[in-house]
Amino acid sequence: MFDGYTMSELGAIFAMQGFAGLILFSVFVLMALGLAIIFGQMGVINMAHGEFMILGAYVTYLCSTFFETYLPSIFGIYFFIAMILAFLASGALGMLVEWGLIRHLYRRPLDTLLATWGLSLILQQTYRSVFGAREVGVTIPNWMLGSLPLTDMIEVPINGLFVMALAVSIAAAVYVMIFRSKWGRQVRAVTQNRVMAGAVGINTERTDRLTFGIGCGVAGVAGAAFTMIGSTGPTAGQLYIVDTFLVVVFGGAASLLGTIASAFSISQAQSIMEFFLSGSMAKVLTLLVVVGILMLRPQGLFALKVRK
Amino acid sequence: MRAGTKILTPAEILGFVVLALLIFAVFPIALDIFRLNLVGKYLTYAFVAIGLVLCWGAGGILSLGQGVFFGLGGYCMAMFLKLEASTPEATAIQSTPGIPDFMDWNQLTALPIWWEPFNSFAFTLFAVVAVPTAFAFLIGLAMFKRRVGGVYFAIITQAFAAILTILIIGRQGYTGGVNGITDLRTLLGWDIRTDDAKYVLYFVNGVLLFVCLFAAMAIKKSKLGRLLIALRDQEDRVRFSGYDVANFKIFVFCVGAAMAAVGGAMFTLQVGFMSPSFVGIVPSIEMVIFCAVGGRHSILGAVYGALLVNWAKTTFSEAFPELWLFAMGALFISVVLLFPNGLAGLYATYVAPNVDTLINRLRPNSRAGTPKDIVAQGSPAE
Amino acid sequence: MTKNTRNGPSGLNASRRQVLLGGAALTASLFAPNGLLAADYPTDQVNTTGLAVTDDTVTIGILHSVTGTMAISETGSVQAEKLAISQINDMGGVLGRKIDFIQEDGASDWPTFAEKAKKLLVNDKVASVMGCWTSASRKAVLPVFEQYNGFLYYPTFYEGLEQSPNVIYTGQEATQQIIAGIDWVVQNHGAEKFYLLGSDYIWPRTSNKIARKHIDKLGLKVVGEEYYPLGHTQFNSVINKIKLRKPDVIYAIVVGGSNVAFYKQLKAAGIDMTAEDPMLLTISVTEDEIRGIGGENIVGAYAAMKYFQSLDNKNNVEFVAAFKEMWGEDMVIGDVTQAAYLGPWLWKAACEKAGSFDVDKIREASPGIELHTAPEGYVRIHENHHLWSKTRIGRARLDGQYDVVYETAELMEPDPFPEGYQ
Repeated sequence: MFDGYTMSELGAIFAMQGFAGLILFSVFVLMALGLAIIFGQMGVINMAHGEFMILGAYVTYLCSTFFETYLPSIFGIYFFIAMILAFLASGALGMLVEWGLIRHLYRRPLDTLLATWGLSLILQQTYRSVFGAREVGVTIPNWMLGSLPLTDMIEVPINGLFVMALAVSIAAAVYVMIFRSKWGRQVRAVTQNRVMAGAVGINTERTDRLTFGIGCGVAGVAGAAFTMIGSTGPTAGQLYIVDTFLVVVFGGAASLLGTIASAFSISQAQSIMEFFLSGSMAKVLTLLVVVGILMLRPQGLFALKVRK
Repeated sequence: MRAGTKILTPAEILGFVVLALLIFAVFPIALDIFRLNLVGKYLTYAFVAIGLVLCWGAGGILSLGQGVFFGLGGYCMAMFLKLEASTPEATAIQSTPGIPDFMDWNQLTALPIWWEPFNSFAFTLFAVVAVPTAFAFLIGLAMFKRRVGGVYFAIITQAFAAILTILIIGRQGYTGGVNGITDLRTLLGWDIRTDDAKYVLYFVNGVLLFVCLFAAMAIKKSKLGRLLIALRDQEDRVRFSGYDVANFKIFVFCVGAAMAAVGGAMFTLQVGFMSPSFVGIVPSIEMVIFCAVGGRHSILGAVYGALLVNWAKTTFSEAFPELWLFAMGALFISVVLLFPNGLAGLYATYVAPNVDTLINRLRPNSRAGTPKDIVAQGSPAE
Repeated sequence: MTKNTRNGPSGLNASRRQVLLGGAALTASLFAPNGLLAADYPTDQVNTTGLAVTDDTVTIGILHSVTGTMAISETGSVQAEKLAISQINDMGGVLGRKIDFIQEDGASDWPTFAEKAKKLLVNDKVASVMGCWTSASRKAVLPVFEQYNGFLYYPTFYEGLEQSPNVIYTGQEATQQIIAGIDWVVQNHGAEKFYLLGSDYIWPRTSNKIARKHIDKLGLKVVGEEYYPLGHTQFNSVINKIKLRKPDVIYAIVVGGSNVAFYKQLKAAGIDMTAEDPMLLTISVTEDEIRGIGGENIVGAYAAMKYFQSLDNKNNVEFVAAFKEMWGEDMVIGDVTQAAYLGPWLWKAACEKAGSFDVDKIREASPGIELHTAPEGYVRIHENHHLWSKTRIGRARLDGQYDVVYETAELMEPDPFPEGYQ
């Protein structure tokens, strides 16, 4: 399949393909980080994760329309404001959901799956009623479009760079929050032993709510970022759910490092296979390999606790 | 508590009789053939729900991939029916007559070799059950022997549902792709699209459903059933007592798959086609909700759950097409939050005591029929 | 609503009236401007098969997804059909009877489509059904329509390979969209190398098969062909492959949410469609889809369709105005929406030609029916139940509309089973 290409062309293509893999990696990290907090740390199976992401996307859409109409002068930077608002909106909805729904179900993780599936249906219909069934177009500031030409052949998409930078900074922020902050210690304490954590004076209810809220907030930011590369519609969130769960499980549910490692390996595998095979088969093979490895190593790549 | 009794209690016998009356008498008399065919379709989901009661309610194994088995069963049946419909005469306009139309569109010039056995009805009947069961066995063997369970198992089965959907859609020359296998006409020369045929299929479906119900009841009442509940609640203790836990799980998972497959085959016969949209993640989760609404510990409840949710889906979507997702979502949430034991739980709390009084009055010497039966079994230790 | 338009103060009044009458012009005389009188068509004569026809009304069905993933696409069709029905009612209905409609939700679920189709035909006895969008939903309802002898008007451009006596296909079958489009890029842009790309299901695969055969016939080259699962959102790998193979034309048939991701990533990867290096030709992006994609991401791409909202003819100007008045100023109208709009009008014309609502008579009357009032211009029903229609090439503008840069001189003949392309 490489007949007729010069070495420099091939080199350029492999460089760009590697970069495509890195973008995919960042997308996976963004998708999975919120879930890694909620599922990995709290044990809640949030099937509405995709809908929290789409809420962030809709917030971005509202912001873009608002700035276009009222503040066109600073349209170039609206995206940052949108991301903050997306975090707040999804986080607030997350805390509300935790209060109304999830906190009754901590002892029944499989039931959270059903309840959040119901929630996802309700959210989807809400988006459809409010924003219409059609996809909405989010206008992206001009500086975020296009690409940086490095050589004649190699071009680096700016939105890809942006997604990568965002993934790195959010991962770092989550790491600091969980492993370096007081709140993080409380979260880990509550996850490991709820009763003891309560006994030493941690407000477990508040910790739970905040954790769930932050997990959802991160999903919202991911959704805002995805308006640059994907679609924003009522059902777009469902597209992500299987991949997201697989990334988290493959990494070993309780390990943030594992999530990142698994996002990296799955994205690289998929992007390499996509180059040599047709798109559908690459997807099937990637999923099969992941499932196969999970069968051999059910605890995932990095895991503390082996078996349920 | 006489959970080990092999004989049905009077209350359970009553439950079976009521359900039998409903399915074999009330529905056929009260509903026209159009609605009855719909009920028949709903009941095919009940097969899956019964299997889930065994796997999930009793065994604690939540599978989010039951659509895979439902679909495999349905596809096996659809392949047979499609071959029968694709006679050289009926497909004379194709460039290769005698093969299914979608193969011809995809430049296949001969029937793929693995389609050949489906020319035989006997083989098809065997495959409907055997293929999904074998697949379930492989998954179960790989997972349970390595002690994967709970949430992990749920997510991996979900991935299987995704993989199979992509495969079916992508290999459309062999599978019919996203359109599925459509335009099925006859079964061994018998036109399955007529009203008479729909009646017959409805009753066949009902009989098979009762076969599965009795089988499920037998499993639940056997020593195996008690072991399942034990390992759901305290897996390690069962293991330490010397049982190989994995084998029991594999067995019950296979039984659930086989039941789902029978449902899928009956679905194909009654609806007249099979498509990848019954294989994927969404239908698989919906099947779990049928079971949850009925009451995840109640075999009879599963049937009512499948009937109720599907009936509600049809009714809501006819009356308020743009709002039925709200209703469905609310149903999911309220079942989990307010009625964790589903319809069966409501029945046990509000209706069963009265029924028992009645039975006891009729049979003053009987000690049978403890009203708390369902509730007592129904405290999952997840 | 539409009534107000007609009675508006402008000079458009007269012409609009003529336009609206056009569908009836086959049988209605100029002296009966409000259509035909029910009294001339006694119910027991126009309806011998027990359809839902009274002395004042006739009931038809609308069967689309308003929930689920397909709701995105099907909403426009529902709106267009409702508009056509209300316009027909304003001018007196069909055979002197007002059209009532029963709307059912297919919920993006194929058995639900079959179920609802059966309900419409068996319980509601509707005289005809406007509906379906995806091929899968059409395949699911087809046996129902054939068994109960219903009559379906199907609006979507699709892969062909079908010709049912119970369906009128108001969209294009594959060859109508593909062949003229490829001929045009070859003749006008000297294209020689093509990269075929699509979502992984039957329509893109069949369409690309026809495209590949046609490209082979012209002695040109296909340098790549690739399919991604529905809903796929990562296209960077295939974009790299496109850069490696350097085609002159990217022939893209990506659908749904994938569409949005594909064009955004194409743009981000530095492929500038306005520079036409390579140029992009699609048959799956209508004005509807561009709203989700964003005009800035697809500007410069070419699309081969039979209808664009920007078409400059009297019928279309009035259709667009009426559509916006009924459904809002911010509405856009795509190819399929227009094709859906034709459904009720074609049915009306068939009823009036046959002088009956009976399905058998309508089927007999349908081939040869002409519609001079179609927004796309003149159309005619072929013996094979598809429409003769023109193929047009549009170039995407920044504002999400298309500039029509080419249209075939003649109507393209529909050919659902093309010889030599299978």
